[in-house]
Amino acid sequence: MTRIPTTRIIVTALLLTIGIFIAWSLLGPWPTVILTLLSGLGWLIGLTRIRGAAQHASTGARPHSLMGYYATYVALWTGLPSFLFLLAWVFLQGPVIEQLLIASLPAASAGDLTPSQISLLISEIRNVAAGRIFSEPEPYVLEAAERYGRWVAISGQMKLAAIAAVALLGLSLSASRITMAFRARQGVERIVNVLLLVSSTLAILTTIGIVASLAFEAFRFFERVPVTEFLFGLSWEPQIAIREDQVASAGAFGAVPVFAGTILISGIAILFATLIGLPSAIYLSEFAGERQRNIIKPILEVLSGVPTIVYGFFAVLVISPAIRTFFGGTLGLETSPQSALAAGLVMGVMIVPFVSSLSDDAISAVPQAMRDGSIALGATRAETMLQVLLPAALPGIVGGMLLAVSRAIGETMIVVMAAGIIASLTINPLDSVTTVTVQIVTLLIGDTEFDNPKTLSAFGLGLFLFIFTLGLNVIALQIVQRYREQYE
Amino acid sequence: MSSRETLFGIPAPDWADPAMQRRMRRRHGGTHRLRWLGIAAITGAIGLLLLLLVSIFSIGYSAFTQTVVTIDAPVAAEFIDADDITESNWNRMARAAIATLFPDDAAGVRDPDYREVLSRGGYNVIRNTLRDRVIANPELVGETLRITVQTADPFDQLAKGLVRRDTPEDRRRVNNRQIAFYDMLVEEGRIERRLNFWLLTNTDNRFPEMAGLAGALRGSAFALMVCFLISFPMGIATAVYLEEFAPKNWATDLIEVNINNLAAVPSIVFGLLGLAVFLNFFGLPRSAPLVGGMVLALMTLPTIIIATRAALKAVPPSIREGALGIGASPVQVMTHHVLPLAMPGILTGTIIGLAQALGETAPLLLIGMNTFITDVPEDVFSKSTALPTQIYIWFDSPERGFVSRTAAAIMVLLGFLLFMNAAAIFLRARLERRW
Amino acid sequence: MLDRVKEKMDDRKKVQMDHPTGRVETSAGTKIQSRKVNMWYDQTQALFDVSLDIPDRTVTALIGPSGCGKSTFLRALNRMNDTIPGTRLTGQIVLDGVDIYKGDLDPVQLRAQVGMVFQKPNPFPKSIYDNIAYGPRIHGLATSKSVLDGIVETSLQKAGLWDEVKDRLTEPGTGLSGGQQQRLVIARAIAVSPEVILMDEPASALDPIATGRIEELIHELRENYCIVIVTHSMQQAARVSQRTAFFHLGKLIEVGDTADIFTNPKEQKTQDYISGRFG
Repeated sequence: MTRIPTTRIIVTALLLTIGIFIAWSLLGPWPTVILTLLSGLGWLIGLTRIRGAAQHASTGARPHSLMGYYATYVALWTGLPSFLFLLAWVFLQGPVIEQLLIASLPAASAGDLTPSQISLLISEIRNVAAGRIFSEPEPYVLEAAERYGRWVAISGQMKLAAIAAVALLGLSLSASRITMAFRARQGVERIVNVLLLVSSTLAILTTIGIVASLAFEAFRFFERVPVTEFLFGLSWEPQIAIREDQVASAGAFGAVPVFAGTILISGIAILFATLIGLPSAIYLSEFAGERQRNIIKPILEVLSGVPTIVYGFFAVLVISPAIRTFFGGTLGLETSPQSALAAGLVMGVMIVPFVSSLSDDAISAVPQAMRDGSIALGATRAETMLQVLLPAALPGIVGGMLLAVSRAIGETMIVVMAAGIIASLTINPLDSVTTVTVQIVTLLIGDTEFDNPKTLSAFGLGLFLFIFTLGLNVIALQIVQRYREQYE
Repeated sequence: MSSRETLFGIPAPDWADPAMQRRMRRRHGGTHRLRWLGIAAITGAIGLLLLLLVSIFSIGYSAFTQTVVTIDAPVAAEFIDADDITESNWNRMARAAIATLFPDDAAGVRDPDYREVLSRGGYNVIRNTLRDRVIANPELVGETLRITVQTADPFDQLAKGLVRRDTPEDRRRVNNRQIAFYDMLVEEGRIERRLNFWLLTNTDNRFPEMAGLAGALRGSAFALMVCFLISFPMGIATAVYLEEFAPKNWATDLIEVNINNLAAVPSIVFGLLGLAVFLNFFGLPRSAPLVGGMVLALMTLPTIIIATRAALKAVPPSIREGALGIGASPVQVMTHHVLPLAMPGILTGTIIGLAQALGETAPLLLIGMNTFITDVPEDVFSKSTALPTQIYIWFDSPERGFVSRTAAAIMVLLGFLLFMNAAAIFLRARLERRW
Repeated sequence: MLDRVKEKMDDRKKVQMDHPTGRVETSAGTKIQSRKVNMWYDQTQALFDVSLDIPDRTVTALIGPSGCGKSTFLRALNRMNDTIPGTRLTGQIVLDGVDIYKGDLDPVQLRAQVGMVFQKPNPFPKSIYDNIAYGPRIHGLATSKSVLDGIVETSLQKAGLWDEVKDRLTEPGTGLSGGQQQRLVIARAIAVSPEVILMDEPASALDPIATGRIEELIHELRENYCIVIVTHSMQQAARVSQRTAFFHLGKLIEVGDTADIFTNPKEQKTQDYISGRFG
């Protein structure tokens, strides 16, 4: 028996542990145990079969692949299909049982109830089934809860039986293919390749998930509120009244003040970040020595590594009061405690590293020949920097700033904590404004029902946020890319 | 030399001209100013970072100690149910214990001023401690038990000098009578300041002096675990596929573009995804670390993929060629040679990605990890908060005492981030090989 | 680019060039005189005791195998080496009777007087007009727009580029061909009215036709400027220069009239080099 390298044993053990952990946390203990045991069984059967085949073969004949590959092949075919099957089961079980439940409720299926009433009813039934009974439930709810509990139990048992069947099927089919000539290594590697391909589609699935969920919910929102009102309306009051007769019970969904507030705060942020970041970049690329750079750059990078919730706290506790003292007290201007200026400044601090790093890269990418050419004409270093290097680096700097703008627009916690909730249309930085992200959080925090315009409007905002930041990024990356190519 | 001839009518600079000398001074001054502008900007940026850290530390450090009162609680036989000790009147016993603290002028056990000195959650602590210890050891009946409970936040602040005695009484959070009582307790040696372990061992509480991070820490740990378990293998698999096996075609390009764009999608959009898909469509439990971890995994994935690809690229082709040359299959080359060599780089990227995920707040708010929960989550399905969302909850609480708790929790969060980033830097410095 | 070259010297010092401390008598007709110039990059010595007289209104060619120090010497003449950290120089380089390394001479002024053209054409990413106008603008040479226009036109004419670009002065200089770019750069240097023009292998990146035009241009400019040209091509040195200096391993081996050096070298090393035995 050849010695297997220790690292490989460790890596295999690690992978197995991770796999079992995922299965355990996603699927629960029993399915995991069944899957692990059956896969182990498959491994053993694979090994036994190829050993047997090798013994019966003529002397000197060897199997096509190493023995371990045959065992792994069978184990993979036992474990993987049933794992996927189980995953699908777990994800679909909830919705399927819910539909069955709705179908079995005369009141719900007859269409007498609104969707929100149905979901309330469903959660009541679930609560009752789980033993959380708050008041005396209606008899039909008790009955449904009992049905629900029974179905969940049945589903659980069926699930175990089904995965065992799928696993055994995979085991027998793959084991039957094992002969001396069977190319087990290629078989295993094909599975590995497919697994790799499948995981790389997760990124695509995520994007599809984002687009689909945003578009779907936003579409439902625009069914209730016209797109034109959303895009051009000047009043944003999404509060839906609890009683029909309350004032503004319909809510107003004109997002212009929200967009304007977002632009105001991001504008302040990018202005501040440029004021700090660009001179820093100039200093780093022109005046700082190697050692200074190696110290200063990481410190500046820390600014973008601090969690945004920390910045939010900082804005509320330090910057806002300081701004109020200065503008409100010293200058006597009317200053809101949640001024756009405070949120914008702190957000600006956060994106300083974006501007400084990308500008530094852009300036440093300008060929040395440009600098030499300017210096040789008798230009000072400042003239060389401001009149030759900066203009040459401008596309790269602009690209970096666009990335920073996109980051600022999508930033949430700083504005949630330091900016206002009320949407007002103003360009006064000392006033309180609100942003897209603040509205999304405010609208969706707490228990949410997916059937009123208030909740859905958050997805409308989210859709535009996504489209806008994505667009900015694509443009910025293209500018940066083209700039790089120019000097390569 | 100052009298230079003019060639072809092109004027030559006359350096001796006073106007020209002024001009030169101004030009050189420009370089000087540019340098100082840069220094000022960098100093400003670093100064702001320091201001941030210092202000958080100066607010937060006080929450790492807590003022406590020691009570000598009599376990009087009159409260004990002789037949079934578990049925004893623990409430009355607790009230009696508290009453032992009060001076003679107290208007009974419920004296409104004096009651406020102890934490409002302290009553439960006293009752439960008495109950648990006496039931565990019935021989304690007739003895006195020493029990320490937190003071209410205003008195904690008083002890720390944050509530000042020289403030006029009507603008002070504690009145003169309460201060007199407090001073009496100090004199009796019952007041003590302790290291606030409760901050780490207690769960969330409505009373700041009782609130702790235990639930949030466990929730964050669960969420990060789920995040790691999904994003680490998937990230490596994706990177390996794209870097080593993917054919060069439009589908591969699509995946690459996708990953680059995902890295720039605002975090809150991932929260919307989690809400709409994981909670609403698949019906996964709200506020669960499982869902939080899954959302964070999707956000961390691009970081890990990009780091892994960089690490794989850094492995020189000679190693692949060497292994291929002796007949190893591409998968064997990858698993036996390239991946182990790239592992330090991959781990560094993973740790940095996880550190980002740990500080991420917005998506967790949307999936409801900001609920008030007083239990430590048992598994990834339980309702839970996470460290950053707990910070947000405390930040959002009106009680004054939560301000320093918020800052203290931020210090805990920054501590974890510092540790993780230090680990990443250490890994990079020690293990990463340069070719 | 981390290893970005930093300018080490202090730009802020400023005086006139005829500062008393730097005044040195030189023989008539000599524009630049170097005496015992030694130079180091960090620990490595690049020049050893180079003493060379460069006459005015003449083309002096510096030749020698690569790494011989000819470019280093050239860059020492307008203190371009100052921009590389870790360089050190001893000895004397005298321009018009002033030691350019002594006193608090301002290298910015020096460089306006001693122009330089590099191996690869390096027009700025600006319009053709702005490329030329850059120097006059920073030095404040033009009192009005029309004067500046005149400077630009004259410089381009002297560089033999005017007819080719006069209709597209607003187009970017980077859009020109390699040879045109190099002439643009020469025009840019002419526009600040230098007395000396240093050329560091100005034609090595160009095709033969463009090279021919540059050589013609050098020939014309000789009448008004002191020109020092570094070249790796001995044919080029023979074609354009009147005097030639041969460098080897950081030492000046031999200097003389170009005709003498190529037909009748005194030193064995020079003989070996021009006959192609090394380098």
